[in-house]
Amino acid sequence: MKYKSQKVAYWFFALCMLLFALQITYGFIMGFARIGMDGLHDFIPFNTARAVHTNLLVVWLLTGFMGAAYYIIPEEAQRELINVKLAYVQLISLAIVGVLAIIGYHFNIWEGRKFLEIPRELDYLVVINVLLFLGLILGTLYKAERRTTTALVLSMGLLFAALLYLPGMIWFDSQVTDSFFRWWVVHLWVEGVWELIMGGILSYLLIKLTGVDREVIEKWLYVIVGLTFLSGLLGTGHHYYYIGVNKIWLIVGGIFSALEPLAFLAMALFAVYMYRKGEKSHPNKIALFWTIGASIVSFVGAGLLGFAHTLPQTNIYTHGTLVTAMHGHYAFWGAYAMIVLAIISYALPNMTGRKRYNNTIGHMAFWLSNIGMLGMTVAFGVAGVAQVYLERKMKMDFMDVQNEISIHFVVLLLCATLFTVGISMYIYEFIKYGKPTDEALVKE
Amino acid sequence: MLSKSQARTFFLGGTVVTFLVFIGLTIYSFMPKNDQTYHEKIDAKVIRGKEIWESNNCMGCHTILGEGAYYAPELTKVVKRRGEGYIKAVLQSPVPWGPKGRKMVKYEMNDADAEAMIAYFKWIGNIDLNGFDRVVSPLAKDK
Repeated sequence: MKYKSQKVAYWFFALCMLLFALQITYGFIMGFARIGMDGLHDFIPFNTARAVHTNLLVVWLLTGFMGAAYYIIPEEAQRELINVKLAYVQLISLAIVGVLAIIGYHFNIWEGRKFLEIPRELDYLVVINVLLFLGLILGTLYKAERRTTTALVLSMGLLFAALLYLPGMIWFDSQVTDSFFRWWVVHLWVEGVWELIMGGILSYLLIKLTGVDREVIEKWLYVIVGLTFLSGLLGTGHHYYYIGVNKIWLIVGGIFSALEPLAFLAMALFAVYMYRKGEKSHPNKIALFWTIGASIVSFVGAGLLGFAHTLPQTNIYTHGTLVTAMHGHYAFWGAYAMIVLAIISYALPNMTGRKRYNNTIGHMAFWLSNIGMLGMTVAFGVAGVAQVYLERKMKMDFMDVQNEISIHFVVLLLCATLFTVGISMYIYEFIKYGKPTDEALVKE
Repeated sequence: MLSKSQARTFFLGGTVVTFLVFIGLTIYSFMPKNDQTYHEKIDAKVIRGKEIWESNNCMGCHTILGEGAYYAPELTKVVKRRGEGYIKAVLQSPVPWGPKGRKMVKYEMNDADAEAMIAYFKWIGNIDLNGFDRVVSPLAKDK
Protein backbone atom coordinates (compact mmCIF):
# COMPACT_ATOMS: atom_id res chain seq x y z
CA MET A 1 0.00 0.00 0.00
CA LYS A 2 1.46 3.34 -1.05
CA TYR A 3 -1.18 5.83 0.11
CA LYS A 4 -2.92 6.12 3.47
CA SER A 5 -6.28 6.82 1.88
CA GLN A 6 -6.27 3.38 0.26
CA LYS A 7 -7.21 1.99 3.68
CA VAL A 8 -10.81 3.06 3.15
CA ALA A 9 -11.07 0.19 0.65
CA TYR A 10 -10.75 -2.30 3.52
CA TRP A 11 -14.11 -1.24 5.00
CA PHE A 12 -15.85 -1.54 1.64
CA PHE A 13 -14.41 -5.05 1.34
CA ALA A 14 -15.56 -5.87 4.89
CA LEU A 15 -19.10 -4.77 3.98
CA CYS A 16 -18.80 -7.00 0.88
CA MET A 17 -18.08 -10.03 3.06
CA LEU A 18 -21.08 -9.33 5.28
CA LEU A 19 -23.49 -8.83 2.39
CA PHE A 20 -22.14 -11.85 0.52
CA ALA A 21 -22.75 -14.06 3.58
CA LEU A 22 -26.31 -12.74 3.83
CA GLN A 23 -26.87 -13.32 0.10
CA ILE A 24 -25.90 -16.98 0.47
CA THR A 25 -28.26 -17.35 3.46
CA TYR A 26 -31.21 -16.16 1.41
CA GLY A 27 -30.13 -18.41 -1.45
CA PHE A 28 -30.53 -21.38 0.89
CA ILE A 29 -34.02 -20.21 1.89
CA MET A 30 -34.96 -20.26 -1.82
CA GLY A 31 -33.29 -23.62 -2.43
CA PHE A 32 -35.13 -25.28 0.44
CA ALA A 33 -38.43 -23.73 -0.68
CA ARG A 34 -37.94 -25.39 -4.08
CA ILE A 35 -37.82 -28.83 -2.46
CA GLY A 36 -40.96 -28.14 -0.45
CA MET A 37 -39.30 -27.03 2.79
CA ASP A 38 -40.84 -23.58 3.00
CA GLY A 39 -41.40 -23.25 6.75
CA LEU A 40 -40.41 -19.58 6.58
CA HIS A 41 -43.11 -18.80 3.98
CA ASP A 42 -45.15 -16.61 6.37
CA PHE A 43 -42.16 -14.42 7.22
CA ILE A 44 -39.90 -14.70 4.19
CA PRO A 45 -41.92 -15.82 1.16
CA PHE A 46 -40.02 -16.78 -2.00
CA ASN A 47 -40.40 -13.36 -3.65
CA THR A 48 -38.86 -11.68 -0.60
CA ALA A 49 -35.98 -14.17 -0.46
CA ARG A 50 -35.34 -13.71 -4.16
CA ALA A 51 -35.40 -9.92 -4.07
CA VAL A 52 -32.98 -9.97 -1.13
CA HIS A 53 -30.75 -12.61 -2.80
CA THR A 54 -30.40 -10.76 -6.12
CA ASN A 55 -30.23 -7.25 -4.67
CA LEU A 56 -27.57 -8.26 -2.17
CA LEU A 57 -25.59 -9.65 -5.08
CA VAL A 58 -25.79 -6.34 -6.91
CA VAL A 59 -25.02 -4.31 -3.78
CA TRP A 60 -22.06 -6.42 -2.62
CA LEU A 61 -20.55 -6.41 -6.09
CA LEU A 62 -20.98 -2.63 -6.40
CA THR A 63 -19.49 -2.25 -2.93
CA GLY A 64 -16.57 -4.39 -4.08
CA PHE A 65 -16.14 -2.29 -7.24
CA MET A 66 -16.16 0.87 -5.15
CA GLY A 67 -13.62 -0.62 -2.73
CA ALA A 68 -11.49 -1.65 -5.70
CA ALA A 69 -11.67 1.89 -7.08
CA TYR A 70 -10.67 3.41 -3.72
CA TYR A 71 -7.70 1.03 -3.62
CA ILE A 72 -6.63 1.27 -7.28
CA ILE A 73 -7.22 4.95 -8.15
CA PRO A 74 -4.74 6.48 -5.63
CA GLU A 75 -2.00 4.14 -6.88
CA GLU A 76 -2.78 4.79 -10.51
CA ALA A 77 -3.15 8.54 -9.95
CA GLN A 78 -0.12 8.61 -7.66
CA ARG A 79 -1.81 10.73 -5.03
CA GLU A 80 -4.12 10.44 -2.01
CA LEU A 81 -7.91 10.47 -2.43
CA ILE A 82 -9.20 14.04 -2.37
CA ASN A 83 -11.35 13.47 0.73
CA VAL A 84 -11.17 10.35 2.88
CA LYS A 85 -13.85 11.42 5.38
CA LEU A 86 -16.41 11.74 2.59
CA ALA A 87 -15.45 8.26 1.40
CA TYR A 88 -16.42 6.93 4.84
CA VAL A 89 -19.66 8.94 4.72
CA GLN A 90 -20.34 7.34 1.35
CA LEU A 91 -19.70 3.86 2.74
CA ILE A 92 -22.00 4.36 5.73
CA SER A 93 -24.79 5.85 3.63
CA LEU A 94 -24.46 2.97 1.14
CA ALA A 95 -24.81 0.47 3.98
CA ILE A 96 -27.84 2.32 5.39
CA VAL A 97 -29.61 2.41 2.01
CA GLY A 98 -28.90 -1.31 1.52
CA VAL A 99 -30.17 -2.27 4.96
CA LEU A 100 -33.32 -0.13 4.61
CA ALA A 101 -34.08 -1.71 1.22
CA ILE A 102 -33.64 -5.24 2.56
CA ILE A 103 -35.81 -4.60 5.62
CA GLY A 104 -38.45 -3.06 3.35
CA TYR A 105 -38.58 -6.20 1.19
CA HIS A 106 -39.79 -8.13 4.25
CA PHE A 107 -42.74 -5.73 4.57
CA ASN A 108 -43.87 -5.65 0.95
CA ILE A 109 -42.11 -2.33 0.26
CA TRP A 110 -40.53 -2.62 -3.18
CA GLU A 111 -40.98 -1.85 -6.85
CA GLY A 112 -41.35 -5.45 -7.97
CA ARG A 113 -39.21 -5.11 -11.08
CA LYS A 114 -36.66 -7.89 -11.47
CA PHE A 115 -33.23 -6.79 -10.17
CA LEU A 116 -34.47 -3.23 -9.62
CA GLU A 117 -36.73 -3.81 -6.64
CA ILE A 118 -35.41 -0.88 -4.59
CA PRO A 119 -38.34 1.51 -3.92
CA ARG A 120 -38.26 4.88 -5.69
CA GLU A 121 -37.57 6.93 -2.53
CA LEU A 122 -34.39 4.93 -1.91
CA ASP A 123 -33.45 5.19 -5.61
CA TYR A 124 -32.84 8.91 -5.07
CA LEU A 125 -30.55 8.15 -2.13
CA VAL A 126 -28.67 5.64 -4.32
CA VAL A 127 -28.18 8.38 -6.91
CA ILE A 128 -26.81 10.82 -4.29
CA ASN A 129 -24.54 8.11 -2.90
CA VAL A 130 -23.13 7.19 -6.29
CA LEU A 131 -22.64 10.87 -7.22
CA LEU A 132 -20.60 11.31 -4.05
CA PHE A 133 -18.52 8.24 -4.90
CA LEU A 134 -17.94 9.42 -8.47
CA GLY A 135 -17.08 12.91 -7.24
CA LEU A 136 -14.34 11.45 -5.06
CA ILE A 137 -12.92 9.17 -7.74
CA LEU A 138 -13.12 11.59 -10.66
CA GLY A 139 -11.93 14.46 -8.46
CA THR A 140 -8.87 12.44 -7.50
CA LEU A 141 -8.15 11.66 -11.13
CA TYR A 142 -8.70 15.29 -12.15
CA LYS A 143 -6.10 16.47 -9.66
CA ALA A 144 -3.66 13.73 -10.59
CA GLU A 145 -0.57 14.28 -12.67
CA ARG A 146 -0.85 10.82 -14.17
CA ARG A 147 -3.99 9.41 -15.79
CA THR A 148 -3.54 5.79 -16.84
CA THR A 149 -5.73 3.84 -19.24
CA THR A 150 -6.49 1.37 -16.45
CA ALA A 151 -7.79 4.17 -14.20
CA LEU A 152 -9.76 5.77 -17.05
CA VAL A 153 -11.44 2.50 -18.11
CA LEU A 154 -12.33 1.68 -14.50
CA SER A 155 -13.71 5.18 -13.89
CA MET A 156 -15.58 5.19 -17.20
CA GLY A 157 -17.22 1.90 -16.24
CA LEU A 158 -18.30 3.32 -12.88
CA LEU A 159 -19.58 6.56 -14.44
CA PHE A 160 -21.64 4.77 -17.10
CA ALA A 161 -22.98 2.33 -14.49
CA ALA A 162 -24.31 5.35 -12.58
CA LEU A 163 -25.83 6.98 -15.69
CA LEU A 164 -27.47 3.75 -16.79
CA TYR A 165 -29.31 3.47 -13.47
CA LEU A 166 -31.50 6.41 -14.54
CA PRO A 167 -33.63 4.69 -17.28
CA GLY A 168 -34.71 2.20 -14.61
CA MET A 169 -36.31 5.01 -12.63
CA ILE A 170 -38.83 6.01 -15.30
CA TRP A 171 -42.44 4.86 -14.92
CA PHE A 172 -44.12 3.30 -17.97
CA ASP A 173 -47.78 2.29 -18.24
CA SER A 174 -46.86 -0.56 -20.58
CA GLN A 175 -45.23 -3.70 -19.18
CA VAL A 176 -43.42 -4.11 -22.50
CA THR A 177 -41.88 -0.61 -22.50
CA ASP A 178 -41.03 -1.03 -18.83
CA SER A 179 -39.26 -4.29 -19.55
CA PHE A 180 -37.48 -2.82 -22.58
CA PHE A 181 -35.89 -0.02 -20.59
CA ARG A 182 -35.29 -2.17 -17.51
CA TRP A 183 -32.84 -4.10 -19.68
CA TRP A 184 -31.05 -0.86 -20.47
CA VAL A 185 -30.05 -0.95 -16.83
CA VAL A 186 -29.60 -4.66 -16.20
CA HIS A 187 -28.12 -5.84 -19.51
CA LEU A 188 -26.02 -2.77 -20.20
CA TRP A 189 -24.66 -3.08 -16.68
CA VAL A 190 -23.71 -6.74 -16.64
CA GLU A 191 -22.94 -7.22 -20.33
CA GLY A 192 -21.57 -3.74 -20.88
CA VAL A 193 -20.17 -1.26 -18.42
CA TRP A 194 -19.50 -3.75 -15.61
CA GLU A 195 -17.14 -5.47 -18.05
CA LEU A 196 -15.24 -2.19 -18.24
CA ILE A 197 -14.93 -2.27 -14.46
CA MET A 198 -13.89 -5.92 -14.59
CA GLY A 199 -11.39 -5.15 -17.37
CA GLY A 200 -9.95 -2.24 -15.39
CA ILE A 201 -9.48 -4.33 -12.23
CA LEU A 202 -8.10 -7.26 -14.26
CA SER A 203 -5.65 -4.99 -16.03
CA TYR A 204 -4.45 -3.52 -12.72
CA LEU A 205 -4.01 -6.97 -11.18
CA LEU A 206 -2.14 -8.31 -14.21
CA ILE A 207 0.24 -5.34 -14.18
CA LYS A 208 0.94 -5.95 -10.49
CA LEU A 209 1.04 -9.74 -10.51
CA THR A 210 2.82 -10.54 -13.78
CA GLY A 211 5.11 -7.56 -14.24
CA VAL A 212 4.22 -7.33 -17.94
CA ASP A 213 4.66 -3.83 -19.38
CA ARG A 214 1.70 -1.54 -18.71
CA GLU A 215 1.56 -0.35 -22.33
CA VAL A 216 1.09 -3.90 -23.61
CA ILE A 217 -1.61 -4.74 -21.06
CA GLU A 218 -3.51 -1.50 -21.58
CA LYS A 219 -3.45 -1.85 -25.35
CA TRP A 220 -5.23 -5.16 -25.09
CA LEU A 221 -7.57 -3.72 -22.49
CA TYR A 222 -8.82 -1.30 -25.17
CA VAL A 223 -9.38 -4.18 -27.59
CA ILE A 224 -11.33 -6.14 -24.96
CA VAL A 225 -13.59 -3.28 -23.91
CA GLY A 226 -14.01 -2.42 -27.60
CA LEU A 227 -15.26 -5.95 -28.27
CA THR A 228 -17.51 -5.71 -25.20
CA PHE A 229 -19.40 -2.67 -26.47
CA LEU A 230 -19.33 -3.72 -30.11
CA SER A 231 -21.20 -6.92 -29.25
CA GLY A 232 -22.87 -6.06 -25.94
CA LEU A 233 -24.78 -2.90 -26.89
CA LEU A 234 -26.74 -4.46 -29.76
CA GLY A 235 -26.61 -7.80 -27.93
CA THR A 236 -29.23 -6.27 -25.61
CA GLY A 237 -31.57 -7.46 -28.34
CA HIS A 238 -31.52 -11.01 -26.98
CA HIS A 239 -33.76 -9.76 -24.16
CA TYR A 240 -36.19 -8.30 -26.72
CA TYR A 241 -36.94 -11.41 -28.78
CA TYR A 242 -40.16 -12.41 -27.04
CA ILE A 243 -41.36 -9.54 -24.88
CA GLY A 244 -43.60 -7.87 -27.46
CA VAL A 245 -41.31 -5.66 -29.54
CA ASN A 246 -40.39 -5.66 -33.21
CA LYS A 247 -39.01 -8.78 -34.90
CA ILE A 248 -35.91 -6.88 -36.02
CA TRP A 249 -34.41 -7.70 -32.61
CA LEU A 250 -34.48 -11.42 -33.50
CA ILE A 251 -31.87 -10.72 -36.18
CA VAL A 252 -29.88 -7.94 -34.52
CA GLY A 253 -29.94 -9.52 -31.06
CA GLY A 254 -29.16 -12.95 -32.51
CA ILE A 255 -26.09 -11.82 -34.42
CA PHE A 256 -24.58 -9.47 -31.86
CA SER A 257 -25.29 -11.53 -28.75
CA ALA A 258 -23.65 -14.49 -30.53
CA LEU A 259 -20.54 -12.29 -30.70
CA GLU A 260 -20.61 -11.47 -26.98
CA PRO A 261 -18.45 -14.47 -25.95
CA LEU A 262 -15.60 -12.93 -27.99
CA ALA A 263 -14.97 -10.27 -25.35
CA PHE A 264 -14.82 -12.90 -22.62
CA LEU A 265 -12.64 -15.18 -24.75
CA ALA A 266 -10.29 -12.26 -25.36
CA MET A 267 -10.23 -11.56 -21.62
CA ALA A 268 -9.36 -15.20 -20.80
CA LEU A 269 -6.65 -15.39 -23.48
CA PHE A 270 -5.33 -12.00 -22.41
CA ALA A 271 -5.00 -13.03 -18.74
CA VAL A 272 -3.43 -16.43 -19.46
CA TYR A 273 -1.04 -14.99 -22.08
CA MET A 274 0.07 -12.15 -19.80
CA TYR A 275 0.62 -14.64 -16.96
CA ARG A 276 2.85 -16.77 -19.21
CA LYS A 277 4.62 -13.76 -20.65
CA GLY A 278 5.28 -12.23 -17.23
CA GLU A 279 8.75 -12.56 -15.80
CA LYS A 280 7.79 -11.48 -12.32
CA SER A 281 6.80 -14.19 -9.86
CA HIS A 282 4.61 -12.38 -7.37
CA PRO A 283 4.37 -14.26 -4.07
CA ASN A 284 0.60 -13.69 -3.73
CA LYS A 285 -0.45 -16.90 -5.50
CA ILE A 286 -3.97 -16.80 -4.08
CA ALA A 287 -4.65 -13.43 -5.75
CA LEU A 288 -3.21 -14.88 -8.96
CA PHE A 289 -5.54 -17.90 -8.77
CA TRP A 290 -8.60 -15.66 -8.34
CA THR A 291 -7.45 -13.32 -11.13
CA ILE A 292 -6.76 -15.98 -13.77
CA GLY A 293 -9.76 -17.98 -12.48
CA ALA A 294 -12.07 -14.99 -12.99
CA SER A 295 -11.00 -14.58 -16.60
CA ILE A 296 -11.50 -18.28 -17.42
CA VAL A 297 -14.73 -18.88 -15.46
CA SER A 298 -16.27 -15.69 -16.86
CA PHE A 299 -15.62 -17.00 -20.38
CA VAL A 300 -17.35 -20.29 -19.54
CA GLY A 301 -20.19 -18.79 -17.48
CA ALA A 302 -20.94 -15.56 -19.29
CA GLY A 303 -19.55 -16.46 -22.71
CA LEU A 304 -20.22 -20.13 -23.44
CA LEU A 305 -23.28 -20.70 -21.24
CA GLY A 306 -24.74 -17.43 -22.47
CA PHE A 307 -24.16 -18.45 -26.08
CA ALA A 308 -25.84 -21.81 -25.37
CA HIS A 309 -29.26 -20.17 -25.21
CA THR A 310 -28.82 -16.81 -26.90
CA LEU A 311 -29.91 -17.68 -30.44
CA PRO A 312 -33.63 -16.95 -31.00
CA GLN A 313 -34.25 -20.52 -32.20
CA THR A 314 -33.09 -21.89 -28.85
CA ASN A 315 -34.21 -19.01 -26.68
CA ILE A 316 -37.84 -19.43 -27.71
CA TYR A 317 -37.80 -22.63 -25.62
CA THR A 318 -35.44 -21.59 -22.82
CA HIS A 319 -36.76 -18.04 -22.24
CA GLY A 320 -38.29 -17.90 -18.77
CA THR A 321 -36.87 -21.21 -17.54
CA LEU A 322 -34.18 -22.35 -15.11
CA VAL A 323 -31.70 -22.42 -18.00
CA THR A 324 -31.37 -18.68 -17.39
CA ALA A 325 -30.61 -19.30 -13.70
CA MET A 326 -27.84 -21.70 -14.76
CA HIS A 327 -26.18 -19.08 -16.95
CA GLY A 328 -26.79 -16.29 -14.44
CA HIS A 329 -25.09 -18.04 -11.53
CA TYR A 330 -21.90 -19.04 -13.31
CA ALA A 331 -21.65 -15.75 -15.22
CA PHE A 332 -21.99 -13.53 -12.14
CA TRP A 333 -19.63 -15.78 -10.20
CA GLY A 334 -16.90 -15.83 -12.83
CA ALA A 335 -17.10 -12.33 -14.19
CA TYR A 336 -17.83 -10.27 -11.12
CA ALA A 337 -17.72 -12.15 -7.82
CA MET A 338 -14.34 -13.74 -8.59
CA ILE A 339 -12.75 -10.47 -9.75
CA VAL A 340 -13.90 -8.76 -6.53
CA LEU A 341 -12.48 -11.65 -4.49
CA ALA A 342 -9.28 -11.33 -6.56
CA ILE A 343 -8.76 -7.66 -5.79
CA ILE A 344 -9.54 -8.28 -2.10
CA SER A 345 -7.00 -11.13 -2.03
CA TYR A 346 -4.43 -8.86 -3.62
CA ALA A 347 -5.12 -5.78 -1.49
CA LEU A 348 -5.50 -7.38 1.97
CA PRO A 349 -1.83 -8.31 2.54
CA ASN A 350 -0.80 -4.87 1.27
CA MET A 351 -3.20 -3.02 3.56
CA THR A 352 -2.62 -5.06 6.71
CA GLY A 353 1.05 -5.85 6.26
CA ARG A 354 0.40 -9.52 6.94
CA LYS A 355 1.83 -11.59 4.13
CA ARG A 356 -0.43 -14.61 4.48
CA TYR A 357 0.34 -15.63 0.89
CA ASN A 358 -0.16 -19.16 -0.30
CA ASN A 359 -1.78 -20.63 2.81
CA THR A 360 -3.86 -23.80 2.68
CA ILE A 361 -7.13 -22.22 3.81
CA GLY A 362 -6.89 -19.60 1.08
CA HIS A 363 -6.34 -22.24 -1.60
CA MET A 364 -9.14 -24.43 -0.23
CA ALA A 365 -11.47 -21.42 -0.27
CA PHE A 366 -10.73 -20.99 -3.98
CA TRP A 367 -11.20 -24.62 -4.95
CA LEU A 368 -14.19 -25.49 -2.76
CA SER A 369 -16.17 -22.40 -3.78
CA ASN A 370 -15.38 -23.00 -7.45
CA ILE A 371 -16.25 -26.68 -7.38
CA GLY A 372 -19.42 -25.89 -5.42
CA MET A 373 -20.51 -23.22 -7.89
CA LEU A 374 -19.78 -25.48 -10.86
CA GLY A 375 -21.94 -28.18 -9.26
CA MET A 376 -24.75 -25.67 -8.67
CA THR A 377 -24.54 -24.56 -12.29
CA VAL A 378 -24.80 -28.16 -13.51
CA ALA A 379 -27.79 -28.78 -11.21
CA PHE A 380 -29.56 -25.65 -12.51
CA GLY A 381 -28.69 -26.68 -16.07
CA VAL A 382 -30.08 -30.20 -15.77
CA ALA A 383 -33.22 -28.89 -14.06
CA GLY A 384 -33.59 -26.21 -16.74
CA VAL A 385 -33.20 -28.56 -19.71
CA ALA A 386 -35.61 -31.05 -18.13
CA GLN A 387 -38.06 -28.20 -17.57
CA VAL A 388 -37.80 -27.11 -21.21
CA TYR A 389 -38.54 -30.62 -22.50
CA LEU A 390 -41.32 -31.47 -20.06
CA GLU A 391 -43.07 -28.11 -20.02
CA ARG A 392 -42.45 -26.66 -23.45
CA LYS A 393 -42.20 -29.84 -25.56
CA MET A 394 -44.29 -32.39 -23.66
CA LYS A 395 -46.73 -29.67 -22.60
CA MET A 396 -46.91 -30.78 -18.97
CA ASP A 397 -48.36 -28.47 -16.32
CA PHE A 398 -45.89 -26.08 -14.65
CA MET A 399 -46.20 -27.47 -11.12
CA ASP A 400 -46.12 -31.10 -12.27
CA VAL A 401 -42.78 -30.32 -13.93
CA GLN A 402 -41.50 -28.51 -10.85
CA ASN A 403 -42.24 -31.56 -8.73
CA GLU A 404 -40.46 -33.81 -11.25
CA ILE A 405 -37.30 -31.70 -11.23
CA SER A 406 -37.16 -30.99 -7.49
CA ILE A 407 -34.51 -33.72 -7.02
CA HIS A 408 -32.04 -31.49 -8.87
CA PHE A 409 -32.49 -28.89 -6.16
CA VAL A 410 -31.36 -31.42 -3.56
CA VAL A 411 -28.14 -31.73 -5.59
CA LEU A 412 -28.05 -27.94 -5.87
CA LEU A 413 -28.29 -27.58 -2.08
CA LEU A 414 -25.45 -30.08 -1.55
CA CYS A 415 -23.23 -28.18 -3.99
CA ALA A 416 -24.29 -24.89 -2.39
CA THR A 417 -23.11 -26.29 0.95
CA LEU A 418 -19.69 -26.99 -0.53
CA PHE A 419 -19.66 -23.49 -2.00
CA THR A 420 -20.58 -22.04 1.39
CA VAL A 421 -17.73 -23.92 3.10
CA GLY A 422 -15.34 -22.36 0.56
CA ILE A 423 -16.71 -18.85 1.06
CA SER A 424 -16.68 -19.30 4.86
CA MET A 425 -12.97 -20.09 4.58
CA TYR A 426 -12.46 -16.97 2.47
CA ILE A 427 -14.26 -14.84 5.09
CA TYR A 428 -12.25 -16.56 7.86
CA GLU A 429 -9.05 -15.57 6.04
CA PHE A 430 -10.37 -12.03 5.64
CA ILE A 431 -10.91 -11.77 9.39
CA LYS A 432 -7.51 -13.37 10.17
CA TYR A 433 -5.77 -10.63 8.21
CA GLY A 434 -6.85 -8.08 10.78
CA LYS A 435 -7.31 -4.38 10.16
CA PRO A 436 -5.35 -2.09 7.81
CA THR A 437 -2.48 -0.18 9.35
CA ASP A 438 -0.19 2.71 8.41
CA GLU A 439 2.72 0.41 9.19
CA ALA A 440 1.91 -1.37 5.94
CA LEU A 441 2.75 1.74 3.92
CA VAL A 442 5.60 1.20 1.50
CA LYS A 443 7.65 3.74 -0.40
CA GLU A 444 8.10 3.39 -4.17
CA MET B 1 1.08 -4.99 -35.05
CA LEU B 2 -1.78 -3.06 -33.47
CA SER B 3 -0.70 0.09 -31.63
CA LYS B 4 -2.27 1.44 -28.46
CA SER B 5 -3.81 4.42 -30.26
CA GLN B 6 -5.30 2.12 -32.93
CA ALA B 7 -6.75 -0.03 -30.14
CA ARG B 8 -8.26 3.09 -28.53
CA THR B 9 -9.76 4.14 -31.88
CA PHE B 10 -11.28 0.67 -32.27
CA PHE B 11 -12.84 0.97 -28.80
CA LEU B 12 -14.18 4.51 -29.18
CA GLY B 13 -15.26 4.11 -32.83
CA GLY B 14 -16.97 0.77 -32.28
CA THR B 15 -18.76 2.03 -29.22
CA VAL B 16 -20.07 5.21 -30.84
CA VAL B 17 -21.29 3.43 -34.00
CA THR B 18 -23.08 0.60 -32.16
CA PHE B 19 -24.55 3.07 -29.67
CA LEU B 20 -26.06 5.15 -32.49
CA VAL B 21 -27.46 2.03 -34.18
CA PHE B 22 -28.90 0.92 -30.83
CA ILE B 23 -30.66 4.27 -30.30
CA GLY B 24 -31.95 4.17 -33.87
CA LEU B 25 -33.40 0.68 -33.42
CA THR B 26 -34.99 1.71 -30.13
CA ILE B 27 -36.77 4.62 -31.84
CA TYR B 28 -37.82 2.28 -34.67
CA SER B 29 -39.20 -0.25 -32.19
CA PHE B 30 -41.48 2.29 -30.56
CA MET B 31 -42.88 3.82 -33.75
CA PRO B 32 -46.70 3.46 -33.63
CA LYS B 33 -46.68 1.42 -36.88
CA ASN B 34 -44.43 -1.17 -35.22
CA ASP B 35 -46.52 -1.54 -32.07
CA GLN B 36 -47.29 -5.18 -31.27
CA THR B 37 -48.89 -4.52 -27.90
CA TYR B 38 -52.21 -2.82 -28.74
CA HIS B 39 -50.95 0.11 -26.70
CA GLU B 40 -54.19 2.01 -27.19
CA LYS B 41 -55.99 -0.61 -25.11
CA ILE B 42 -54.04 0.26 -21.97
CA ASP B 43 -56.71 1.87 -19.78
CA ALA B 44 -56.87 2.89 -16.12
CA LYS B 45 -57.69 -0.68 -15.07
CA VAL B 46 -54.69 -2.15 -16.87
CA ILE B 47 -52.42 0.49 -15.33
CA ARG B 48 -53.85 -0.27 -11.88
CA GLY B 49 -53.17 -3.95 -12.54
CA LYS B 50 -49.54 -3.18 -13.37
CA GLU B 51 -49.24 -1.16 -10.17
CA ILE B 52 -50.56 -4.08 -8.12
CA TRP B 53 -48.28 -6.49 -10.01
CA GLU B 54 -45.25 -4.39 -9.14
CA SER B 55 -46.17 -3.35 -5.60
CA ASN B 56 -46.51 -7.02 -4.63
CA ASN B 57 -43.42 -8.15 -6.55
CA CYS B 58 -45.39 -10.88 -8.34
CA MET B 59 -42.36 -11.24 -10.64
CA GLY B 60 -40.43 -12.47 -7.59
CA CYS B 61 -42.15 -15.87 -8.06
CA HIS B 62 -44.07 -15.88 -11.37
CA THR B 63 -42.89 -15.03 -14.86
CA ILE B 64 -44.67 -12.76 -17.34
CA LEU B 65 -43.54 -12.35 -20.98
CA GLY B 66 -40.98 -14.97 -19.91
CA GLU B 67 -39.42 -12.71 -17.27
CA GLY B 68 -39.46 -13.42 -13.58
CA ALA B 69 -38.31 -15.94 -11.02
CA TYR B 70 -39.34 -19.37 -12.46
CA TYR B 71 -40.83 -20.44 -9.10
CA ALA B 72 -44.51 -20.06 -9.98
CA PRO B 73 -46.39 -20.40 -13.29
CA GLU B 74 -45.90 -18.17 -16.33
CA LEU B 75 -48.91 -15.81 -16.48
CA THR B 76 -48.75 -14.35 -20.00
CA LYS B 77 -51.70 -16.44 -21.19
CA VAL B 78 -53.27 -17.10 -17.79
CA VAL B 79 -56.72 -15.73 -18.70
CA LYS B 80 -57.09 -18.11 -21.65
CA ARG B 81 -55.56 -21.00 -19.71
CA ARG B 82 -57.46 -20.66 -16.43
CA GLY B 83 -60.36 -18.27 -16.98
CA GLU B 84 -61.30 -15.17 -15.03
CA GLY B 85 -63.16 -17.00 -12.24
CA TYR B 86 -60.13 -19.10 -11.29
CA ILE B 87 -57.81 -16.06 -11.25
CA LYS B 88 -60.21 -14.13 -9.05
CA ALA B 89 -60.48 -17.06 -6.63
CA VAL B 90 -56.69 -17.23 -6.32
CA LEU B 91 -56.27 -13.49 -5.74
CA GLN B 92 -59.11 -13.34 -3.20
CA SER B 93 -58.31 -16.58 -1.37
CA PRO B 94 -58.30 -16.15 2.44
CA VAL B 95 -55.58 -18.81 2.72
CA PRO B 96 -52.29 -19.13 0.82
CA TRP B 97 -53.10 -20.68 -2.60
CA GLY B 98 -51.12 -23.84 -3.22
CA PRO B 99 -52.99 -26.71 -4.88
CA LYS B 100 -49.83 -28.64 -5.79
CA GLY B 101 -47.74 -28.01 -2.72
CA ARG B 102 -46.08 -24.70 -3.50
CA LYS B 103 -47.61 -21.84 -1.54
CA MET B 104 -48.52 -18.40 -2.87
CA VAL B 105 -48.69 -15.32 -0.66
CA LYS B 106 -52.25 -14.71 0.57
CA TYR B 107 -53.49 -11.40 -0.90
CA GLU B 108 -57.27 -11.39 -0.15
CA MET B 109 -57.76 -8.72 -2.83
CA ASN B 110 -60.97 -6.72 -3.08
CA ASP B 111 -63.13 -6.97 -6.21
CA ALA B 112 -61.75 -3.81 -7.83
CA ASP B 113 -58.12 -4.89 -7.49
CA ALA B 114 -58.82 -8.46 -8.63
CA GLU B 115 -60.61 -7.10 -11.71
CA ALA B 116 -57.72 -4.72 -12.41
CA MET B 117 -55.36 -7.69 -12.33
CA ILE B 118 -57.58 -9.57 -14.78
CA ALA B 119 -57.67 -6.52 -17.10
CA TYR B 120 -53.87 -6.37 -16.95
CA PHE B 121 -53.54 -10.09 -17.74
CA LYS B 122 -56.04 -9.76 -20.60
CA TRP B 123 -53.99 -6.95 -22.17
CA ILE B 124 -50.76 -8.93 -21.72
CA GLY B 125 -52.40 -12.03 -23.23
CA ASN B 126 -53.09 -10.29 -26.55
CA ILE B 127 -49.54 -9.02 -27.20
CA ASP B 128 -47.81 -10.41 -30.29
CA LEU B 129 -44.74 -12.13 -28.83
CA ASN B 130 -43.07 -13.19 -32.07
CA GLY B 131 -44.14 -16.82 -31.59
CA PHE B 132 -43.25 -17.24 -27.93
CA ASP B 133 -46.91 -17.27 -26.93
CA ARG B 134 -47.37 -20.59 -28.76
CA VAL B 135 -44.49 -22.17 -26.87
CA VAL B 136 -44.97 -20.75 -23.41
CA SER B 137 -48.59 -21.69 -23.09
CA PRO B 138 -49.59 -24.35 -25.57
CA LEU B 139 -52.59 -25.18 -23.41
CA ALA B 140 -54.04 -21.80 -24.31
CA LYS B 141 -53.24 -21.54 -28.01
CA ASP B 142 -52.65 -24.88 -29.63
CA LYS B 143 -55.49 -26.83 -28.07
